[in-house]
Amino acid sequence: MDKNKIIELKGISKAFNGEQVLKSVDLDIHDKEFVTFLGPSGCGKTTTLRIIGGFVTPDSGEVLFNGKKVNHVPPYKRPVNTVFQKYALFPHLNVYENVAFGLRLKKMKETEIAAKVAEMLDLVNLRGYEKRSVTLLSGGQQQRVAIARALCNEPKVLLLDEPLGALDLQLRKEMQIELKKIQQRLEITFIYVTHDQEEALTMSDTVVVMNGGEIQQIGTPQDIYNEPINAFVAKFIGESNILPGIMHEDYKVEFAGDNFVCVDKGFRPLEPVDVVIRPEDITICPPSDTVINGLVESVIFKGVHYEIMVRAYSDLWKIHSTKAPEVGSVVGIDFTPEDIHIMRKMENSEDYAALDHLNGEEAGTID
Amino acid sequence: MRKLANRFYMGLVFLFLYIPIFVLIANSFNASKSRTVWTGFTFDWYRKLFHNETILKSLLNTLIIALIASVLATLLGTLAAIGIYNMKKFTRNLVINITYLPIINPEIVTGVSLMLLFVALKIELGYVTLILAHVTFCVPYVILNVLPKLRQMDNNLYEAALDLGCTPPMAFRKVVIPEIMPGIMTGFLMSITYSIDDFVISYFTHGATSQTLPITIFSMTRRKVSPEVNALSALLFVAILVIMIIMNVSEMRKLPSDQRRRAAKAEKKGGRA
Ligand SMILES: Nc1ncnc2c1ncn2[C@@H]1O[C@H](COP(=O)(O)OP(=O)(O)OP(=O)(O)O)[C@@H](O)[C@H]1O
Ligand SMILES: [Mg+2]
Repeated sequence: MDKNKIIELKGISKAFNGEQVLKSVDLDIHDKEFVTFLGPSGCGKTTTLRIIGGFVTPDSGEVLFNGKKVNHVPPYKRPVNTVFQKYALFPHLNVYENVAFGLRLKKMKETEIAAKVAEMLDLVNLRGYEKRSVTLLSGGQQQRVAIARALCNEPKVLLLDEPLGALDLQLRKEMQIELKKIQQRLEITFIYVTHDQEEALTMSDTVVVMNGGEIQQIGTPQDIYNEPINAFVAKFIGESNILPGIMHEDYKVEFAGDNFVCVDKGFRPLEPVDVVIRPEDITICPPSDTVINGLVESVIFKGVHYEIMVRAYSDLWKIHSTKAPEVGSVVGIDFTPEDIHIMRKMENSEDYAALDHLNGEEAGTID
Repeated sequence: MRKLANRFYMGLVFLFLYIPIFVLIANSFNASKSRTVWTGFTFDWYRKLFHNETILKSLLNTLIIALIASVLATLLGTLAAIGIYNMKKFTRNLVINITYLPIINPEIVTGVSLMLLFVALKIELGYVTLILAHVTFCVPYVILNVLPKLRQMDNNLYEAALDLGCTPPMAFRKVVIPEIMPGIMTGFLMSITYSIDDFVISYFTHGATSQTLPITIFSMTRRKVSPEVNALSALLFVAILVIMIIMNVSEMRKLPSDQRRRAAKAEKKGGRA
C-alpha cells in the first residue's frame, strides 16, 4: 500500500452543548486506503467524518489535507465527497441530473457531462435509469445513484456514513463487494463508517475502533481481531470471554483460580489485567486435572456451531463447538497459551459502562 | 336509514351555507331592481358593472395591491421561515407564536393600530399604507406554509449540495428553494386571496384615491344595494372558487406521487437494483 498520508487528524476535540463528543483524536489516513470507523452508537463516528467533510469545525486540533491545514476550508472547496446515510438525493431532479449535479457546477460541456454520467452509471450498474425519478427507485438503487453522484466529482477521498445501513442483509453483502471493487478500481481512499463489525472486518484495509469519543485501536482487521488492545475492542469485535486476572511475571498469568502459561510480557509484576479468550478458541475435552472443569448449563444451536455455556466456579464460559455436550454433564475447558490474550485494565470507568452495555446478559464473569 | 338521515343533515348544512350566495347570483340576473320579485333574466347589471368607473378603478386597485403585497409577503415570509427554522428550539417556538398573533388578533385591532401607527409616522394613507398593511397580515400565512416544507426536507440535502461544490447561496437556490416551492406557492396564493378578500384592515388604512373593491362595495351598499353589486359579488365568488379548485387540484396531483414514493419505500425491502 502506498504510504502517502492524505489526511491527518491531530488532537481533534469537539463538544456539542458542553458534551464532549470527541476527545483528542489522532489519526492518519493514507492514499488508496479503505479505512473504517467502527464503534457503538453515539461514539463520534459521524462527527469525525463530518469534520473531515468540512461540515463541522473542531473546537481544537488540526485537520490536514496533504500536509495543509484545512480546519476552516468550507466543504465545497475540499477534495472529498460524501455518500450520506439517507442518500440525500435531490428529489426534484432525475437520476441523470442528480449524478450530473457536481459537473454542471463546474460548467463542463454538455457532451463531457453526458460521457461522465454514463461512465458513472455504468460503474454502479444503473445504465438505462437516466430519466427515472429518484423518488421512485428502490433503496439499493438510490444508494447507487448517491455513490455515482459523489464519485462524479473525482474526489481523492470518498466519505461514506453507514451507506448500507438501510438495506436488507442480502443486498448489503452484494453492495459490500461492489463498493470494495469500486474502491480498488478507482484507486481512491474510502473512509467508511459502520457499527457492524463484520462489515468492517471484511471490507477494510484499516479499522479504527472508537468508543466514547476516543480511538481505542487502529489496525488491520487481523490485528484488531487477533490482538485486541483492551477488553472493549475484544468484546466489540466479536464474542469473547473476558476474565479478571493478575500478571505474576512475563509469560505467567493467574485467572479463573489457576496459573497459566501465556505469550504476553511487559507488564508490571502483579499487575491486574483482563484476560480474553475467544469462544471458538476453546476446545471441550473430558474433565481432568490439567484443565478447568465445569458444568454445562446450556447448549444452543446457532447454525454453524453450538453455543455452549459452562460454569466453572463463579465464571461463566462461552464456548463455540461443532459438537454438543449434554446439558448437566461435567466437561473440561481447554485452550493453548496462544489463545490467551492479556490486556491492560481500562482506566476509564466510562469504557466499562459501554462494555456492560455491549455484554448484555452474556457476561464473561459473574462475581 | 341512519345513512340517509346523515346525508339529509349534510344537505341541510350545505344548503344553509350556500343559499345566500345562490340568491345573490340569481339576483344578479334579475331584470327587476327589487330583490324580492323576479321579472326576467338579464345581463344588464353585468354590462353596467363594466361601465362603472369607480368599481373598475377599485378592482384594479385591489388586484395591484394584492399582487404587490403578495409578492412582498412571499419573499419576506419565505426568508422569515428559513430564519425561524434555523433558530434554537426555544426562540423558534417563541417566534412562531408571535407569528400566529396577527392571525388570531381581531382584524379591527390590527386595522386601527396600523392606522394609528401610520398617522403617528406621518405616512399619508394611500397605496403605500395599504400595501404595508396587507403585507403585514399575509406574511404569517406564508411562514405557516413554508415552515412545514422545510421540516419535511431532508437536512442532508443542503449539505449534499455543498459537498458537490455549491457555495451556500447556490445550494440554497438549486436545492432548498425547489424543495420548498410548493409551500411558497400555496403561501402566495393564500396571500392573494386574503388580500383581495380583506375589508376591515383596508378600511382603516386606505386613502381617498386608493379604495379597494370591498370598500367600494361597502360604500355603495350604504345607500342602496345596487344590483351591480350583486353581479360583482357573483363574479368575485366565482373567481375565488376557481382559485380554490386550482389549489386543490394541484394538491391532489401531488398526492399520488407521494403515495408512489411511499410504495417505493415499502418495496425497498424486497427490491433489487
Ligand atoms: N449537531 C449536533 N448537535 C448536538 N449534538 C450532536 C450533534 N451532532 C452529534 N451530536 C452528539 O454527539 C454524539 C456523537 O454523535 P455521532 O453522530 O458522531 O455518533 P455516531 O458514532 O455517528 O453514532 P451513530 O452510530 O448512532 O450514528 C451524540 O451524543 C450526538 O447526540
Ligand atoms: Mg452516525
